[in-house]
Amino acid sequence: MKKAFPFLLVIVAAMFAYAPVLIVGAPYESEMGLIQKIFYFHVPSWVVMFTSGTVCGVASIRYLMTGRKEADRLAQAAAELTLLFGLIGLMTGPLWARKAWGVWWQWDAKLTSALVMWLIFAAYILLRRFGGPGAEKLAAVVGIFGMANWPFVYWSVNIWRTVHPLTTVVPTLPGSMLGPLLFCIAAFLGLYLLMLVARLHLERRRADLEALFLAVED
Amino acid sequence: MSFLQTAWLVTRKDLLIEARSREILYTTLFFAVSCVLVFAFGFVREGRPLADAAAGILWIAIAFSGTLALGRAFERERQSETLRALLLAPVDRPALYVGKLLGVCLVLLAVEAAVVPLVAVMFQAPLFGHPLMLVGLLAAGTVGFAAVGTLFAAMLVRARSRDVLLPILLYPITVPVIIAGVRGTAALLEVEADLQVARMWLSMLVFFDVVFLTLALWTFEPVMTE
Amino acid sequence: MKRFLFVVLAAGLWIGPLSAQQPPPRPTGAQEGFVPVESLPNQEKLTAAPLLMTAYAVAWLAAFGYLWSIWQRLGRVEREIAAITRRVEAGSRR
Repeated sequence: MKKAFPFLLVIVAAMFAYAPVLIVGAPYESEMGLIQKIFYFHVPSWVVMFTSGTVCGVASIRYLMTGRKEADRLAQAAAELTLLFGLIGLMTGPLWARKAWGVWWQWDAKLTSALVMWLIFAAYILLRRFGGPGAEKLAAVVGIFGMANWPFVYWSVNIWRTVHPLTTVVPTLPGSMLGPLLFCIAAFLGLYLLMLVARLHLERRRADLEALFLAVED
Repeated sequence: MSFLQTAWLVTRKDLLIEARSREILYTTLFFAVSCVLVFAFGFVREGRPLADAAAGILWIAIAFSGTLALGRAFERERQSETLRALLLAPVDRPALYVGKLLGVCLVLLAVEAAVVPLVAVMFQAPLFGHPLMLVGLLAAGTVGFAAVGTLFAAMLVRARSRDVLLPILLYPITVPVIIAGVRGTAALLEVEADLQVARMWLSMLVFFDVVFLTLALWTFEPVMTE
Repeated sequence: MKRFLFVVLAAGLWIGPLSAQQPPPRPTGAQEGFVPVESLPNQEKLTAAPLLMTAYAVAWLAAFGYLWSIWQRLGRVEREIAAITRRVEAGSRR
């Protein structure tokens, strides 16, 4: 992983440099016009957020079952990144909605369930910071419940009418739009991987520091 | 000792302690009443309630007072250090969880028994039109809320900032319970009560209860061990 | 016990989807699919641009901000590690 890091960095940087070219080249959408181009960053950030949430949930299960510190570190890093990419999604979404639907926010299934997921992982981070010693296991439970909870939130809100584009949009996308979208998703996933590796490295160095402190005390 | 016997012993202990002081019951009850009152000032104008207000207010009062009851129930354990004693006992850990859960549910149901007529009166809501369905919704919702709440409150007993962390953790995760409870109750309160919709929300609540009870039973043991 | 829980969970997982069948809601506003078009109708051009730019700015700032914060935190930790290692070496040389 460490050796691949600079290589991955160059690739992701190149992808992000090229992405605007692809986005500008993609055709406009007939009903929404220019504002629809937010789609190319909005959808990938949500894809990454849910990926990261799942990673956190799975790592939490692993930590709870085996007690391995590495799993705990992964869960923590993934939770932070869930918040980050969720924040990008939550901010780009209303900016798009303001133009496309006329309102900043709508209480439909996707928005609400995404917001609730974001709040759950915010709670995870708050618990780790302010819960005192031993909060790692508690946070792991929150991560697991958060991951399990999403279908329920989505389903319960979905019974009401929904204004958000249905998930059928992506499979029926014409090639001229699908291409840039997939490229951006790949770029975002690459960025996510980079950030995850960097964050894990930070956490491992912190653990090394702790160990050094303890050794010096003796 | 069997699982159910252990659970019942824990519940019985909680109920006995509660019966002597009735502290949690009274404080939670009056908190719920104040909640309803505050919302009354917000949502009732010139004697006419807003549509759907009654259902929402009922469930918000349950959620808020439930959080308080959970906090108090485990604060009691923490102060007497009885939780450690319970954990040291050679019994099934999940049975302890079920015992505490039952106790919390009973307190909450007692509170609801008082708050439901209050909301019906203050908001002129025909809550008793379909009593069985209402009881079903309240029971399923309370169990769901308490299932997650008991686990988190037990987890947080030794954590710092536990008072504020419990609602922060609990509310996002119990959002489906609140949504289903409110929408189900609102369906019952319509001019022509929509029983089919209410039944659908009830089955969703039951589904949620099953999944989250199972998850809680599974995670209780690993999370309460050091 | 665990097996019992699994059975209950599996059974419960069936109740959910079976009990909540709903007709799909009627879509409005480009929900069925995106329809591509080559050039913009005139009235759409202006007001969307600032929102679009803000959206992309948000994404870039958030990503860079986070990477920068990791960089800062890592620097701090590395400096502390270096300081302690120096102290340990100074102590052991004596």
